[in-house]
Amino acid sequence: MLFELREVGLDRGGRAVLDSFSASVPEGSTAIVGPSGVGKSTLLRLLNRLADPDRGEIVYRGRPIATYEPLALRREVALVPQLPALLEGTVESNLRYAAELAEEELAVEATLARAGLDPSFAERDVDRLSVGEQQRAMLARALAQRPAVLLLDEPTSALDHAARDRIEAALAELRREQEVSIVLVSHDPEQARRLGDQVLEMPA
Amino acid sequence: MSTSIHVELWQVAASLALVAVAAAISFWQRADLERDILVATGRSIVQLTLVGYAIKLIFDVDSIWLVLLLLAVMVFFGAITARHRAAKVPDSFGPLLTALALAGAGTLGLVVALGIFDPTPRYLIPVGGMVIGNSMTASAVALNRLGDEMADARARIEATLALGATAREAAAPTVRRSLRSGMIALIDSTKTTGLIFFPGTMVGMLLAGASPTDAVRLQLILLYTLLGSVSISALTATLLAYRHFFTPAAQLREL
Repeated sequence: MLFELREVGLDRGGRAVLDSFSASVPEGSTAIVGPSGVGKSTLLRLLNRLADPDRGEIVYRGRPIATYEPLALRREVALVPQLPALLEGTVESNLRYAAELAEEELAVEATLARAGLDPSFAERDVDRLSVGEQQRAMLARALAQRPAVLLLDEPTSALDHAARDRIEAALAELRREQEVSIVLVSHDPEQARRLGDQVLEMPA
Repeated sequence: MSTSIHVELWQVAASLALVAVAAAISFWQRADLERDILVATGRSIVQLTLVGYAIKLIFDVDSIWLVLLLLAVMVFFGAITARHRAAKVPDSFGPLLTALALAGAGTLGLVVALGIFDPTPRYLIPVGGMVIGNSMTASAVALNRLGDEMADARARIEATLALGATAREAAAPTVRRSLRSGMIALIDSTKTTGLIFFPGTMVGMLLAGASPTDAVRLQLILLYTLLGSVSISALTATLLAYRHFFTPAAQLREL
C-alpha cells in the first residue's frame, strides 16, 4: 500500500477541516474526489508533511509518515499545489533549483517534455507564462526531482479546456510510464475517472 | 573637540512660538492635531529634561556600569517600541532585543576598540543612543516588511518547502528583501547627506561653535557607525524572526 490513513483529523482555527478520515491508497494512480471544503487539499499536504495531523495516523509504504525526515520525504513525495507558485527566473532555473535540492541530474528537455512543454520553454521567464503554462512548469519542476509519488491538487482548476486537456495528456502519459505513483485531488468526477486507476470519494 | 555654549531658558521659551504656529495652522485648517501638538511639546520638555538630569548624573558619577545600565534600558524600550511595528511577526520581542543588544554592543565595542572614542560616558551615551535608536528603526522596518512578505509569499514559500527546501532556503528571498528594506533608508540618507539635509550632529556641533572640519569628521564617523549598527540589527532581527513562521518540521505555522 502506498498510503494508509487511519482516523486522520486536523483542526484549524478551532474547526475540524478533516475528521476521522480513513482510506487506503494503492500504488498507481488514485483520484480523490469530493465537494469543495471537505479537506482534499489538506489531505494532500498531510501526505508530504507540509502539515501533520492532530489525530490519527498516516502510514507511507509501511512506515508511519511521522518517522520520515520531512525534507527527504518531500523530495520523494512531490506536491504540486493548486495554484502555480514558481520562483522568480526562468523555467529552467526553477527546474534546476528543484533538481539540486533532490541531488538529481537534470535533463531539461526530457523533463519539460514529460510535463507537456516543448524545449523553448526552458529559457522563458516564469512571469511571462500563462497560468496553464505555469501549472505545467510546476509539474515539470516536481518531475525534475524524480519523485516516487506525485501529489496533484486540482491541477486544472484554474484552466480553460485547451490548457486542461494538455495537462491531462501529460498526466495520462505519466500514468502509462508507471514510474511514478499519482495521487490527484479533483472536484470533477469525470476528470477523476479519466485519470485515476481508482477513485476515492471523500464524504461531505 | 571641546566646545560649549550656554543656552538660556528664555531662548527655549521663545522657541515655543513655533509650536504656537504649528497649533494655529492645525486649528485653522481643522487638522485636529492641536491636542497631539500639546502632548508632544509637553512630553518633549519632560522627557528631555529628565534625560538631561540623568546624563548629568551619569557624567558626574562617571561609572561605566551606570552607562551600560542606561544603554540596556534603551535597548529594552527600543525592542518594545519596535515590536509594535512588527505586529505580524510572531514573538518578535526576542529577535528585536537580541538585534538591538548585538548592534549596540558590536558597534560601540568596535569604535572603542579602534580607538575612535574613549570609553567614557561623554561618548558612549550619545553615540549609544543614536546607534540604538537607528537600529530600532531599521529592525522595525525590516520585521514589518518580513511580516507583510511572509503573508504575501505564503503560497510560494510553501511550494518551495514542498520541494524539500529547508525553511531557510524557502524564506531566503523574503529575508533578503526584508533586510534590504531595513537598511536602504540609512544608505539613501547617507548618499544625500550634506546635499539635501544637514545631519543632526553636524548641525549641533556647528551651533555649539565647533570648527566645520571637526563637525564634518565627527559626522562621518557617526554615519559609518550607524551603517554598521543598522546592518547588524536588521540582519539579526530578520534571521532570528523568520524562524518563527516555521515549525521544527519545516512547515509554515498557521497564524
